[in-house]
Amino acid sequence: MGETFGDYSILGKPIPRVDARAKVTGQAKYAADYDFPDMLWGQVKRSPYPHARILSIDTSKAEKLPGVKAVTTGKDFGGFRWGWSGPTRDEEPLAVKKVRYQYEGVAAVAAVDEEIAKEACDLIEVEYEPLPGVFDPFEAMQEGAPLVHEDRSGNICVEYHWAFGDVDKAFAESYLVREDTFQTPRMAKGYLETPAVVSYWTDSNHLVYIGAKGSPYFPYRILSRCFNLPLSNVRIITPFIGSDFGGTKNDMTPADFSAVMLAKKAGRPVKIVTSQFDVLTTDLRRHPMWLTIKTGVTKDGILTATYLKAIADGGAYTRMSPLTMMLTGCLMTLPYKLPNFKYDAYNYFTNNPSSAAMRGHGLYHSRFAADVQLDMIAEELGLDPVEIRLRNAIENPKPGEVYEAVNEVHVATCGVKECIEKVAEAINWEKMRKKKKVEGHKAYGVGFAAATYNSGTKLSAHNACAAIIRICEDGSVNYLTGATDVGQGSDTIMSAIAAEVLGIGIEDIDLKRVDSAFTPVDPGTYGSRVTVLAGQAARNAALDAKQQLLEVAAQQFGVKPEEVEIKNKQVFVKSNPDKNMSWERLVRIACYESPGKVIIGRGYSTQGITLLGLADFTRGVGDIGTNYSFTAQAAEVEVDVETGVVKCTDNNVIAHDCGFPLNPPAVETQCQGGAYHQGVAAALYEEFKMDKGQTLNPNLIDYKRPRACEAPMTRVEHVVTNDPYGPFGAKEASEGSCCSAPPAVINAIYDATGVWINNLPAEPEKVFWALKAKKEKSKGKK
Amino acid sequence: MKGEPMELKLTVNGKPYELMVKPNTLLVDVLRQELKLTGTKVGCLDSACGACTVNIDGKAVRSCSVLAFQANGRKVTTIEGVGGDKLHPIQEAMVDYGAIECGFCTPGMVMSAKALLDENPNPSREEVREAIQGNLCADEGYVKYIEAIEIAAKKMRGGQ
Repeated sequence: MGETFGDYSILGKPIPRVDARAKVTGQAKYAADYDFPDMLWGQVKRSPYPHARILSIDTSKAEKLPGVKAVTTGKDFGGFRWGWSGPTRDEEPLAVKKVRYQYEGVAAVAAVDEEIAKEACDLIEVEYEPLPGVFDPFEAMQEGAPLVHEDRSGNICVEYHWAFGDVDKAFAESYLVREDTFQTPRMAKGYLETPAVVSYWTDSNHLVYIGAKGSPYFPYRILSRCFNLPLSNVRIITPFIGSDFGGTKNDMTPADFSAVMLAKKAGRPVKIVTSQFDVLTTDLRRHPMWLTIKTGVTKDGILTATYLKAIADGGAYTRMSPLTMMLTGCLMTLPYKLPNFKYDAYNYFTNNPSSAAMRGHGLYHSRFAADVQLDMIAEELGLDPVEIRLRNAIENPKPGEVYEAVNEVHVATCGVKECIEKVAEAINWEKMRKKKKVEGHKAYGVGFAAATYNSGTKLSAHNACAAIIRICEDGSVNYLTGATDVGQGSDTIMSAIAAEVLGIGIEDIDLKRVDSAFTPVDPGTYGSRVTVLAGQAARNAALDAKQQLLEVAAQQFGVKPEEVEIKNKQVFVKSNPDKNMSWERLVRIACYESPGKVIIGRGYSTQGITLLGLADFTRGVGDIGTNYSFTAQAAEVEVDVETGVVKCTDNNVIAHDCGFPLNPPAVETQCQGGAYHQGVAAALYEEFKMDKGQTLNPNLIDYKRPRACEAPMTRVEHVVTNDPYGPFGAKEASEGSCCSAPPAVINAIYDATGVWINNLPAEPEKVFWALKAKKEKSKGKK
Repeated sequence: MKGEPMELKLTVNGKPYELMVKPNTLLVDVLRQELKLTGTKVGCLDSACGACTVNIDGKAVRSCSVLAFQANGRKVTTIEGVGGDKLHPIQEAMVDYGAIECGFCTPGMVMSAKALLDENPNPSREEVREAIQGNLCADEGYVKYIEAIEIAAKKMRGGQ
């Protein structure tokens, strides 16, 4: 079933996921499914105010409630502060002096059951002095505006100013210059599995944390500092994770810190399961952004310059905002050739829940603005949207060469042209554009977009992924990884790479998910980095183990190790395949022949560190990615012109250049899911409605998420470019499609109706009023 | 919490149970906490996400939105009661076709699909979409779920 690629035994063919059976039978254990004898239930007490000074906290009544075993407040953490990086440690586990967003945690309770824990939280008396707040960046930037952090004047969280080439000169020489403003919504990450944690201490010196974290070595490091323990005594166990998408399941929450502290105080395991209400009111969100983009082109539609000004609502704490603003700007120079580029970024603190990374991180905002504006430009020039993209698309560099963008981004492979051509052909672009637009009260249109995404994201400090391969004496294999599969399929890819290199079956590999007591340290699951970097670690570890076994085999066969090969569990001399033995026999000989070996392969990734250096956030130059994926997408929409309701039809095609599809069906689901859940959702459905820091739609009924009835049956076309910097040629899959979907949908709405919706999401009311305004304008002209 | 425990009799995955349960207890809490059947997931407790979907007398029901006593005397099937040594064709299709990503919505998705196919062995695509309309997925895009359910339906009808 399905397409196959390359000439490998396992890779490039459809590989059923190694964890699918456990998941489809309900046996897969997620954090909330863990249960221990004597376990207590924890609950976090939260502030009703978005901005207030804490005058006093009285926990005495809660402590006296029968069934309560421990209570904690921020003071127990001894002034500990944490953040995304050293200089941005601006957050406390539980607020001590001041709360900065509504429902920020101020205390926590552990009790024998959930109801008593909730009741005890109600008994904690907190005296607040409410403070005036700032609730969007435009309020925050006013002179004299209330400060979210007293030591951060002007409420500025992040600011970048970069310039490459000479945009002013280029604008002056351009045939056409357009300036437009776009807006992206506040969005939930969308995971259904609410963050959950179980923590216990095996003695006063050793803590165990089992939590829904896509980047489990974040809590490893943070909890070590917080509880003043050596890393060796912090044990993080990673269960199955019900999606992540960046943010909360990378970072810590008040519940994470509270569970560990309460477990320490009570001397019993403590479990806290966050409610969906708490997720939707307090978890990290996708930044809302206001993007003003000015672009110049020649008469032929060739891009001459872009100036992008991005203003973002960072929320109450810094979290990952420095990276968000970096990513929003630094890849504007892909996937089209752009000789001049200027970027001003401003991210403000507000009294809203903190914003952070989300699938399509950063690029989704600016690519939406740029690719919708490109359609506006194409129309003014009388060019077809596909044609203008093909004219500007970066060519695929010849093998051994790299394309260097004006801001020193380096691309070794670029399949964007092929993506654009494949999509145009698959959707029958020219015919679709000419199709009759209106049938009754339904209007139809088709839109196009192209995008890129960084894979194997490189940040400063620790970047390497690692793997340990233990060959068991019966020939079965344990694969120990520091990488975490949050649903993207990396457990399968790691197992497949190891099996491919060792020459055995994927069913011979038993992958061990992260347990920091045994697995190697890893940066985490973010920035589409796992396949590229943990994949390289898998390859290197397998090669190491294989080499040890080849040496044993060579001795047995009386040849040199390089003359032996292992394939399909057969070990043989390359020049004389009659000289062979089974994999199991070779392993047994290696382990048992006196004095007996213990075969352990180890490997770590180097590409992310050594390749072309790191990106410089201050100047906006350099490579944030190890390599870069490319995507093109065409989407058809149906617009009800009477109600303004927009829906994607099944005419939806994505072509994705992931370098080499290691597991083609997984690349497809990644692209389909990324495009729909985090792309179309932003274009059509999702937005938090806020009123002075209060979330007005804090449930999954009022906060509309995409469902099956409206789901486009998106087809995915694979584009293979075999990138030299990814394992077996691979690059990322999915985040590119989060970036191509919103502009494709908005461009399609314009094709259907002639109205531009620059402010996402294109919910019915906005579309309705835009259609009405257009009608009145055309009446006025007559 | 107020209310004295009362006797609840129900059949779960073919096995009869008699439990003492407070009247306000949700079915999902009985399944997960009393019977330790944690394959049924909790996503929202608002009846909005469908992660807790089970079958009661063959109908897909969100177990966060019924009291345990509403299942009194009835037959409840959870994900643990689907298939057995061999996977059910719906499960098999989801595994083989690569429909599953993070897996958190998967048990609920299987239960909705099973209720559909038990009642309607030859559903149209629109009927498949409708049957899983109450099951939110966060990452997979629904395409392969819809196609896997169609493949399973065909297989269950005896086709290949």
